[in-house]
Amino acid sequence: MTVGLFIPCYVDQFYPGAAIATLQLLEKLGVNVVYPANQTCCGQPMANSGFEHLTGGCNELFIKNFAEFDYIVAPSGSCVLHIKHHIHDEKQPEKAASVSHKIYELTSFLTDVLKVTSLPAKFPHKVGMHQSCHGQRGLHLSQMTELVAPYYSKPGSLLNMVEGIELIELNRADECCGFGGTFCVAEEAVSVKMGKDRVADHLKHGAEYITGVDMSCLMHMEGILNRQGSKVKILHIAEILNGGPLNP
Amino acid sequence: MNQEIQNPANQKLPLQGAGGAREKILAAVLQNQPALQNLPDITFVKGDVEGAQERYITTLTTIGGKVFKVNSFDEIKALIPTHFDASKRVVSTLPQLSDIAELNQGEPIDPHSLEDIELSIIRAHFGIAENGSVWVTEDLMGQRVLPFICQHLAVVIDAENIVPTMHEAYQRIGLIKYGFGTFIAGPSKTADIEQSLVLGAHGPRSMTVFLLG
Amino acid sequence: MSQNITTHTDKKLPLQGAGGADHAALADIFNKDEDRVNWHDETLWWIRAKRDLSVHKIPEWEALRDTASAIKNNVLSNLNSYLQQFEANAQANGIVIHWAADGAEHNAIVHSLIKKHNVTRMVKSKSMLTEELHLNEYLAENGIDVIDSDLGERIVQLAKEPPSHIVLPCIHKKKEEIGELFHQFLGTPAGNADPQFLTETARHHLRETFLSRKVALTGVNFAIAETGEFVVCTNEGNADMGAHLSDIHIASMGIEKIIPERKHLGVFLRLLTRSATGQPITTYSSHFSKPRDGQEMHIIIVDNGRTVQLGREDFRNSLKCIRCGACMNTCPVYRRSGGHSYHNAISGPIGAILAPNLDMEKYADLPFASTLCGSCSNVCPVKIDIHDQLYKWRQVIVQNGYAPTAKKLSMQAMATTLASPFAYHMAGKAGRLVMKYAPFALNNKLNPWYKQRDMPKPPDESFGEWYKKNRKAP
Repeated sequence: MTVGLFIPCYVDQFYPGAAIATLQLLEKLGVNVVYPANQTCCGQPMANSGFEHLTGGCNELFIKNFAEFDYIVAPSGSCVLHIKHHIHDEKQPEKAASVSHKIYELTSFLTDVLKVTSLPAKFPHKVGMHQSCHGQRGLHLSQMTELVAPYYSKPGSLLNMVEGIELIELNRADECCGFGGTFCVAEEAVSVKMGKDRVADHLKHGAEYITGVDMSCLMHMEGILNRQGSKVKILHIAEILNGGPLNP
Repeated sequence: MNQEIQNPANQKLPLQGAGGAREKILAAVLQNQPALQNLPDITFVKGDVEGAQERYITTLTTIGGKVFKVNSFDEIKALIPTHFDASKRVVSTLPQLSDIAELNQGEPIDPHSLEDIELSIIRAHFGIAENGSVWVTEDLMGQRVLPFICQHLAVVIDAENIVPTMHEAYQRIGLIKYGFGTFIAGPSKTADIEQSLVLGAHGPRSMTVFLLG
Repeated sequence: MSQNITTHTDKKLPLQGAGGADHAALADIFNKDEDRVNWHDETLWWIRAKRDLSVHKIPEWEALRDTASAIKNNVLSNLNSYLQQFEANAQANGIVIHWAADGAEHNAIVHSLIKKHNVTRMVKSKSMLTEELHLNEYLAENGIDVIDSDLGERIVQLAKEPPSHIVLPCIHKKKEEIGELFHQFLGTPAGNADPQFLTETARHHLRETFLSRKVALTGVNFAIAETGEFVVCTNEGNADMGAHLSDIHIASMGIEKIIPERKHLGVFLRLLTRSATGQPITTYSSHFSKPRDGQEMHIIIVDNGRTVQLGREDFRNSLKCIRCGACMNTCPVYRRSGGHSYHNAISGPIGAILAPNLDMEKYADLPFASTLCGSCSNVCPVKIDIHDQLYKWRQVIVQNGYAPTAKKLSMQAMATTLASPFAYHMAGKAGRLVMKYAPFALNNKLNPWYKQRDMPKPPDESFGEWYKKNRKAP
């Protein structure tokens, strides 16, 4: 099995640690991983701004980079959801459909494809899990509080395999953090207020770290934490599942 | 038509017939509605008959109503003066209560003349366990406004006439004809001021159900 | 990309809301008072929590939602015949049916009915349709005094404001502000803000109104094709007090209020209030079938853009809405921006997918007032894909050139946050440039990101660079 690793652009540029952790974790689990060097972007920022019609180039490039792999894995629920729902290419519709079917968000790949039941990781800290909306409500990574249905959580189950971790409860288990892609600058006031409220819920319950499946939400919350001078850190879930942040 | 309406001096009722809004709207609907999708079967939804009476009492109490289990109209008559100001105007549609209440069984009167009623006592067809409501049609109200205009409302239902959910309620109602019918669930209420619940918005300040068994 | 954006800059920025402010600007004003935002958010979240408690007591909840959605799909697909069936049955019951293509026609019909009876006053229970059609303003211009009898609506009417929420019209007002309004208009003592006392005052004030109005207008929650009856749901009993004491009862309904059969009410009445407030049912669910002896009953069936929406394949499902308001209560943006920031009769997520159909230019900002978190679609009792429609409206609005928010964003993002995470995509292959310019471009007070948030510290190398050094190239 060969997995094509898709690293979202802002992770590539700002959070290489999350990407390295994703790669190392998959390799540890015996997966043959390849990172196509020419990848750029899934096209979501444009599409969510109403410019989906301009994402043709992104789609074409994405298909060119990833169509031949058995699976495509990305450490981002949001980008995966975008590819799953919106990738299309009139010139090669079968390839677009196949990409859409074989792309996985990291925790669902670990849970549904690799069927991971244990992890050699230790992280003795109080951790708050942020449910990124696109992963949760879009990709159904975990149950949603609005629905009358049994509880489950793919990222939650994986985190519980980590030795020493203490996952905290939140008052609002799955409220949006307010990042929202372009929303974070177009609706700055509400975006920041949502982020402050989300961070406050984690702080109130004693989180030392806030984690999640989407670096974008975490980047937004990190921006608020840092501005507040908080010592609380953000970490992508891959970094915790891989045994903690890398020491460069 | 727009022009006609925009001219205030020439305000006429728009034509209801040919060429008017009706044809325009129906034609647009026909043109724009999607291909027919079938109605779903709703017979699968059913409530639990077991314990319905107790659930009814709990639900109605939770939403601010009161329930008395009684065995006769004499018991009801005894309860009225201890729970209501019987010195004020009490109106009922029930002949069994004619010695404690002014009887009104739908005689043509000006509904405004009912504005000073302290207590209305009516019968209801049945109660619904899941929401504490009772189903009443016009023939049981005497006057449509009677259960609304009073300061307090009391309703008599047979104890065995409790259905579990709204599905059984509508099964019972079937396609019977009525001029007006309503589900009443507890006292009139509002929470419009900062979500503070206040009983007695415009209608009755209390609702009492006598479960006659 | 940039070329495409410059074509749009030629277009005039559309005027929006009060003073031309769009959702973002109005939300920004709302957020100046953080304590108030917290209070607003907590109040609505509390209602969402009550909804959750209530629906979790119904094990078949999701099946009920599926069923309601399927019934409404059937309604939309057979609306032409249901409307005629409803009309015929209602007429057979002695109800007069009117049809109105738009607000002007609807309002003129109401006015003519009032004039016919030589009165100048009317009492009205809650009808969001009449808010949409600006009936009160129209009647006021024509010398008709309308009193809204729902307490929340009466409060906003006294404040000369539109409702900020379809179920909780004055949810944005604190009790002290309501106390002040009552002091000013209803003569209550200054400083008294006790909800019990204020409600009692309104009870007396409105009872006089009910007793003295010959014409009453109500909304319609459901209209049953099979029987020609319509159902009006209230907690206060104001619709019933108005209707049963009036000589003329007018009920205004949009064409989408139809449901096929009476028994389907079982499904919808179970869903409506549990979704709205967590109550098992409203205090009154009144079924009007025939006028009272000596009374006139009129129904005005209104289009006002609904048939256009019906023809929009991607958006027609918005017509399934039963106006429970659950999407507003759950929306993290609504809770922190307030209903008035949507500058439309229907606020919140559902308003944001209904409004662009009425005026794409005026409401071009609304589909962007969302993070697309999807909570709205999950609470919707008739399973409208609200957040997907928000996404689709963004595409339509941009394609039609009405993209103030998107345009503003692009311009701002391009100019001031060229080096933001998004710039990577916008600038194509200029990934390294991003990093080079990042500190300069971002540590700038004009950058909306940086105003209240720090940027991530640029790492020494990107993942791509690390990979090249540490793994063999494929």
